[in-house]
Amino acid sequence: MIGNVIKYEQDNIDTDVIIPGTYLKIHDYNELATHAMEGLDPEFPSKVKDGDFIVAGKNFGCGSSREHAPIALSTCGIKAVIATSFARIFYRNSVDGAFLLPIEVDDETYQKISNSDKLEINIEKNEIKNITKNETYTMKPFSEIIAKIIAAGGLFKYKK
Amino acid sequence: MNITEKILARASGKSTVSPDDIVFAKVDKVMVHDVSGPGVLKVFDKLQKQGIDTSKLHDPTKVWIAEDHFVPSAEKISAENIVKLSNFSKKYDIKKHFKYGMGQYGICHTLSHEEALVNPGDVYVGGDSHTNTTGALGAFACGLGHTDVAYVLLNGEIWFKVPETYYFKLNGKLPPHVMAKDFILNIIGDIGNDGGAYNTMQFGGTGIDEMSVESRLTLANMTTEAGAKNGIIESDKKTVEYLNQRGATNVSEFHGDADADYSKILEYEASELEPTVAKPFSPDNITVARELSSTELDKSYIGSCTGAKYEDLLAAAKILKGRQVKIRTEVLPAAISIYKRAVKDGLIEIFLDAGATVGPPTCGACCGAHMGVLAKDEICVSTTNRNFPGRMGHVESQTYLASPQVAAASAVTGKLTDPRDLN
Repeated sequence: MIGNVIKYEQDNIDTDVIIPGTYLKIHDYNELATHAMEGLDPEFPSKVKDGDFIVAGKNFGCGSSREHAPIALSTCGIKAVIATSFARIFYRNSVDGAFLLPIEVDDETYQKISNSDKLEINIEKNEIKNITKNETYTMKPFSEIIAKIIAAGGLFKYKK
Repeated sequence: MNITEKILARASGKSTVSPDDIVFAKVDKVMVHDVSGPGVLKVFDKLQKQGIDTSKLHDPTKVWIAEDHFVPSAEKISAENIVKLSNFSKKYDIKKHFKYGMGQYGICHTLSHEEALVNPGDVYVGGDSHTNTTGALGAFACGLGHTDVAYVLLNGEIWFKVPETYYFKLNGKLPPHVMAKDFILNIIGDIGNDGGAYNTMQFGGTGIDEMSVESRLTLANMTTEAGAKNGIIESDKKTVEYLNQRGATNVSEFHGDADADYSKILEYEASELEPTVAKPFSPDNITVARELSSTELDKSYIGSCTGAKYEDLLAAAKILKGRQVKIRTEVLPAAISIYKRAVKDGLIEIFLDAGATVGPPTCGACCGAHMGVLAKDEICVSTTNRNFPGRMGHVESQTYLASPQVAAASAVTGKLTDPRDLN
């Protein structure tokens, strides 16, 4: 998959800024998308393009169990979040609900990727190609169960 | 095996499990509330379109429903979500639905212990990150999202990676005016807000033996703020007695092996702990309360699953008795059962005499939903669990997390106050 980067040079991007608590009552995916990243970058819904990737630092998605967070990002068009680490419920929700790919990279890779870079992610090869900079990075491979759930298209399609 | 491993082994039908094993664990109890319930229904809609049968739950007797985040209904969307929950429990024959305005209701995690809904040794999952709270009763309690909870409701089980366990040992009894909240804030400050990520945080030692069940619940509650999969405390006589007093029958203790392994053991001396505050904008951004004594406040909030149990209200009332609040102060007991006890024992009168407002049980302003949210630039001391930007209202408001004693002492002075320094 190929997409452009929206980078936040920040650790601990929490679910309260990804989708503020006041919107938890909303379950319409399109409406949630209009408030994605509102606590950090209110311009996000207007600038994001279908197929884009978010790049951020450690502990992405910490905080609440709200599935609204990956839903809002994915409905905006985000196909993957590339971060140095993820909070567990955001990670699980992204994979089990088949909303987006949570991709872990090392700190060096995170530093090398810039805002607006065009990337190609290849999860079979555990590889991220930076088309803009003509560089290739390694992503942390998914654990066995995560890879299988992703391949199946979410937890309900996965046969244990 | 330690207690978490032993519970997951039992629930997945294995004789033994080790960290990093993937298990499908049978779930004993599952909870949804007015945010995750409608979220699960949305998942059910998607599943029906894919031809997956959602007409029956695996076992409705294991399910219970809370109304807590946006109640009393904040506006019409929240009101509609409550109607959706009513239809949900009716359709699937869920008997344990704690409806507001109809007797006992409250914050889901508070009901889990007030109504003795979870027993030691249970696997309990809920559609809320602070489900970890209930691990203080000796259960494996873990928060999940809507898709996972929908999977549990339909299949009765869910996958887990067996976590590593960090053991936090508290030596000795907490000094006067130092509460469980101060201890857990210190732990989060030490290990960081991802310091327990994907792992179990277990608590033990003489300090935990001495502690009340409600204080233990505060510890397990905030393991979520360190990213932990679950927080857990082995049950004892106090746990059994606490549950029996709340109508439980057939409660028995469940323990890990005496020679269990832990990935890390961290020791704390209770006598060295002090009233502690987490500054904006992260629960790991801690300092001792005394260092912030010049910080002026607009509001004190005593509420939530973390800080509005009976014991929390009692601690706040002891400080507010005969005193007046200098800033807007809101007290919201976490469940009706607690509210009733607080009325009967005179705590509510103390709060009202001090000038505080007393509200109904709700998650309310803790998650920035309604009923006391913060305006731009407002500064609040709060007994809640998170202080990310915008958590309690405007993205440019500020929340200092503290114990009920610190919140009450600060209400009296209008500045962040160590309860030991109150005249």
